[in-house]
Amino acid sequence: MADEVLFDYLHMEMIHEFFNENYKKEGKSEESMTTLELLGFRVGQCVIERLTKDSPRFKDELDAMKFTCKDFWMSVYKKQIDNLRTNHQGVYVLQDNKFRLLTNLSSGKQYVEAAPRFLAFPCGLIRGALSNLGITSVVTAEVAIMPACKFQIQIQRV
Amino acid sequence: MAVCVAVIAKENYPLYIKTLPNENELKFHYTVHTSLDVIEERIHSVSKNTNDLRELYLGLLYPTEDYKVYGYVTNSRIKFIIVIESTNATIRDNEIRSMFRKLHNAYTDMVCNPFYTNGDIIEST
Repeated sequence: MADEVLFDYLHMEMIHEFFNENYKKEGKSEESMTTLELLGFRVGQCVIERLTKDSPRFKDELDAMKFTCKDFWMSVYKKQIDNLRTNHQGVYVLQDNKFRLLTNLSSGKQYVEAAPRFLAFPCGLIRGALSNLGITSVVTAEVAIMPACKFQIQIQRV
Repeated sequence: MAVCVAVIAKENYPLYIKTLPNENELKFHYTVHTSLDVIEERIHSVSKNTNDLRELYLGLLYPTEDYKVYGYVTNSRIKFIIVIESTNATIRDNEIRSMFRKLHNAYTDMVCNPFYTNGDIIEST
């Protein structure tokens, strides 16, 4: 059974690599966030495909969101989402009070400016998971106080 | 022995259709296409028996005079369709279920293949 920290370290190195000097010189640092998000997207799709193999079919969108909050979060971050809010019009807010990828950075206001780059991959992860369940969405994240963070999911209805 | 196997994507276009070599392929393409309607109806119908709604395996979709068509939908809205000959009466429900299970496992493995982009036609050399 692989240790959880392996993914944490790999993720940290990925971020370090994407935002290092080489990218800044070639002017590609704006693309780094997008690339990270796309990476998360593809991974999210694969993870969901494996996870939903055995579970019964979802009745509706809310069911799919609840699955994301419980089983998906549990398997990726080993804990459940602390708070899910919705306005029933396609906007969901997921709040995690102790986000695993941020716990090692700080637990207060330090490094809050650097936090967004650590959230690009998780945003993509959620977007990929939802897209494979048939939901097109836009996912953004914000951090007020480490290590709590909020993911805002906006469903695009065509 | 299945006569035709098809994998249909979320947007209802075929990712993979394979029939036994000696058979008329076009006829099976047509059969699979019409069975898509039956699948849609089953997924969207509000059934009194909610247990029904939660299953991935859809069972016998409809029998024609020569063939029986079975369906299976995953949570990512990928549909698997198997067509077998009606004369083959020895095939049981359990065997069909296990065939779908294997198909689903193979599909999951394929999605995780880094060289496969979601939505591509499935090919293998």
